[in-house]
Amino acid sequence: MSATTDTGTSTRRKSIQRWGGLLLATVVWWALYLLNQPFWDWLVGRVFGLDLTSRLGSGVNFFFLDTVKILLLLAGIIFIVTVLRSFMSVERTRALLGGKREGIGNVLAASLGVVTPFCSCSAVPAFIGFVASGIPLGVTMSFLIASPLVNEVAIALLLGLFGIGPTLLYVSAGLVIAILAGFIIGRFKLERWVEPFVFETKLRGKIIDSTAGLTWDDRIQMGIEEVASILRKIWPYLLVGIGLGAAIHGWAPQDFFAKYAGADNPFAVLIAVLVGIPLYSNAAGILPLIDALYAKGMPMGTLLAFMMATVALSLPEMILLRRVLKPKLIAVFVSVTAVGIIGVGYLFNAIL
Amino acid sequence: MNIKILGSGCANCINLEKAAKQAASDLGIDATFEKVTDYADIASYGIMRTPGLVVDEQVLLSGRVPTAAQVKELLAPLLG
Repeated sequence: MSATTDTGTSTRRKSIQRWGGLLLATVVWWALYLLNQPFWDWLVGRVFGLDLTSRLGSGVNFFFLDTVKILLLLAGIIFIVTVLRSFMSVERTRALLGGKREGIGNVLAASLGVVTPFCSCSAVPAFIGFVASGIPLGVTMSFLIASPLVNEVAIALLLGLFGIGPTLLYVSAGLVIAILAGFIIGRFKLERWVEPFVFETKLRGKIIDSTAGLTWDDRIQMGIEEVASILRKIWPYLLVGIGLGAAIHGWAPQDFFAKYAGADNPFAVLIAVLVGIPLYSNAAGILPLIDALYAKGMPMGTLLAFMMATVALSLPEMILLRRVLKPKLIAVFVSVTAVGIIGVGYLFNAIL
Repeated sequence: MNIKILGSGCANCINLEKAAKQAASDLGIDATFEKVTDYADIASYGIMRTPGLVVDEQVLLSGRVPTAAQVKELLAPLLG
């Protein structure tokens, strides 16, 4: 046998292994997802002997049910999104944004913010990298707002807990807020409130694309590592969020929140956003809570606003951004985003 | 050989440093290691995603943590 045939066969075998493995994983995932509810109903209801309609029974059932469901959703979506995003890079985003005027630049930046892989630890280098290469401040802000606001964890959970409708609403609202906020910040010509060193940073050296040369095995590996890393980071938040959600599910009277924070309370959205802004949680911790609140009568608009406020603006991120933005700009950034979120909350309450 | 690890102290940067040190010792390279944590310096290399690996002022990798084997592959062509 010639050497080429050997290599050909082994590459094909690896390829079959890889795609076969993925197919198997998908089937197992679906099986677990569909069997989740019946399993816990059986275990908690029959084996533990709890009455599923009682407070304790339904609370405990909800806790296990939601934990497994959310873990499955997170693993699935994070994996898929990471693999997809491995085709995109921040460097390519910067190249795409270079030279675009405001307006169209904001739209492009916000859309790219959603699809580009980005973690908040890179917020500062990315900001400097964008601005120093000539991308307008407002356009950069659109990217920086869209990226944490429309994140895959939130999308995964919204999809699983509420379906495609609220998920699409969330994504479009996030994009619109990012575009408008960035545009407004750009209009006000706030470059003077950026730390001067940012504009003086000289970009030297060859710009390399961090995603060049990745094989499929590399991408799958990255997907698996990202799932592990995110789950490792958020599992405490998740348990607390689910625990709170389970408590509300079991103990709060039905329609409790509809009475006090329902659609006819004009301050509900405002309070929800003001509470959400300083809260630091990622979407995984907040969404189980939101699931339970929704079941108890809180309107979707208020809840989405609360979630966005918690996820998009956080104290640690503001502290990080202080290195490149003067406090006044940070204040503008927070207020414009907050107003956008509040507006979205009222709008959704009105139309849903 | 001068090897710089760019990053502000998150776990990824520490892992990159470990992988790079492992690769360097496996290849028998006598390299000086530096950690660059200042954002302005990091950005000046054109890096937008930490961690970053810079060898003799050339950016070799950014945005992910490679295995020691992958770092070796990157370093090998630069030897002698």
